Amino acid sequence: MTAESVHESTRPMPAVPADGSQPGPHGTRLLSGWFTTGRAADLADHLDRYGPLPLDRAHRGHASPLIHAVDQAGLTGRGGAAFPTARKLQAVADGRGAAVVVANAMESEPASAKDATLLQLAPHLVLDGIALAAQAVGAREAHLCVARTRQQQARELHAALAERERHRVDPVPVRLHELPHHYVSSEESALVRWLNGGDARPMSTPPRPFEKGVGKRPTLIDNVETLAHLALIARYGPAWYREAGAPDAPGTTLVTLGGAVRHPGVYEAPMGAPLGRLLAHGGGPSEPLAAVLVGGFFGSWLPANEALPTRFTKQDLAALGAGPGAGVLVALPQRACGLAETASVLAFLARNGAQQCGPCRFGLPAVGEDFAALAFGRLDVDGLRRLEHRVGLLAGRGACRHPDGASRFAATALRAFAADVERHLHHGPCPAVHQPPVLHVPTGSVPGADEWR
Amino acid sequence: MAITRSTELSLRLDRIACEGHGACAELLPELLSLDEWGYPVVHSAAVPPGLAAHARRAVAACPVLALRLERSRP
Repeated sequence: MTAESVHESTRPMPAVPADGSQPGPHGTRLLSGWFTTGRAADLADHLDRYGPLPLDRAHRGHASPLIHAVDQAGLTGRGGAAFPTARKLQAVADGRGAAVVVANAMESEPASAKDATLLQLAPHLVLDGIALAAQAVGAREAHLCVARTRQQQARELHAALAERERHRVDPVPVRLHELPHHYVSSEESALVRWLNGGDARPMSTPPRPFEKGVGKRPTLIDNVETLAHLALIARYGPAWYREAGAPDAPGTTLVTLGGAVRHPGVYEAPMGAPLGRLLAHGGGPSEPLAAVLVGGFFGSWLPANEALPTRFTKQDLAALGAGPGAGVLVALPQRACGLAETASVLAFLARNGAQQCGPCRFGLPAVGEDFAALAFGRLDVDGLRRLEHRVGLLAGRGACRHPDGASRFAATALRAFAADVERHLHHGPCPAVHQPPVLHVPTGSVPGADEWR
Repeated sequence: MAITRSTELSLRLDRIACEGHGACAELLPELLSLDEWGYPVVHSAAVPPGLAAHARRAVAACPVLALRLERSRP
């Protein structure tokens, strides 16, 4: 994703005097620099807008003003789990000995582009967040993990880090790491395993990283967008943070809009807005919708009529069997075949497990094949029953949550596209299966044993 | 409330270590079964006192030490 794919109607505007607490155009915070200047912010731009790092507010321990501020702000993780960030910070700060901070920019979700966009346009917000979090949890080292396949991104981040080093901005050294780019390599225990010298594959837990992570130290692993929000909360406080969003879902969030929307791309929107309003940031649906995929390949299908009025909060989405995930919304038009789209994604998920646990090695490919038969060929009623049984057996049976995600993806598809399931069962594939798919599903085969390091 | 150490036992399965030998389900069918590829499905991780001896045998029978018995945290 490039800067150009952020809203096309945006024109560079004259620079305003420095005050990052003022929202930029369209209520933006993280992306306000881009919306004001139309270019990626270097360190000088960044300091002009937001001022220096407020490190004095971030000392370690129970009385850390930063952890308190993050708690009051109600910041939740933007990597997928929406876990309260302050609780994670406190757990690591309470750990024994020096801690470690890991910023997760792996963004392995194929339908998401928000982390890459944020790092391209406002890298110093993320790097500020790393420095402040390190101070708050008592870390002496920090690591920024990116996917090895994104060479341009790595070059830009190396340059940004070098700039900060020249100006002695960061209190602890930040090392950039380029990891293998596999779907499950972004999972937090995979980052720990890789940083400890192993494969970028998930591990059995416990111990969780906050107890025993990199170098067996208490380790804070946060998504890069979460850290960027933290850098703003450190400067402007929780009351400011809550001026955007809803009381039960404060702040703004980055979303990646795709599928049948007029202007697909990355947007910054208030949390807690109805999904229909989030789609409106990208110009709204470009044609009548059948369903919305919430959360990407690790997410859930919701019928359009249920999805559009639903608020983008953890609680409201959980009531429908979905979650905010990493902020991906893909609008599926009525002309598409939801079953064919689902079958392609399940085949991708089956190819992209870590090949460590039985349910991922055998159960997931079987579910993928059953689903492909349902979408593209023939599946009888007994086959459908077997598929439902296999889908139900995936969840909770892996070292990581990969099988749980695949199970939810398949189960929500069977529900959202129930009428299509009936038609496919009794009349075979619909004409739409021959059309180009709406979801872009990466090709590629199962990673070899030597491709995880 | 009386302060006593919890005697509740629970099963913990290392999914990465497990190779689907299936001995556990044979020795502890009350709590475990196998999926169609021979990998265990844990129906209940909590081990009732009456099954503790069977659970220990199942743990001991796993050739890759993927099954463990832990004292549940209260």
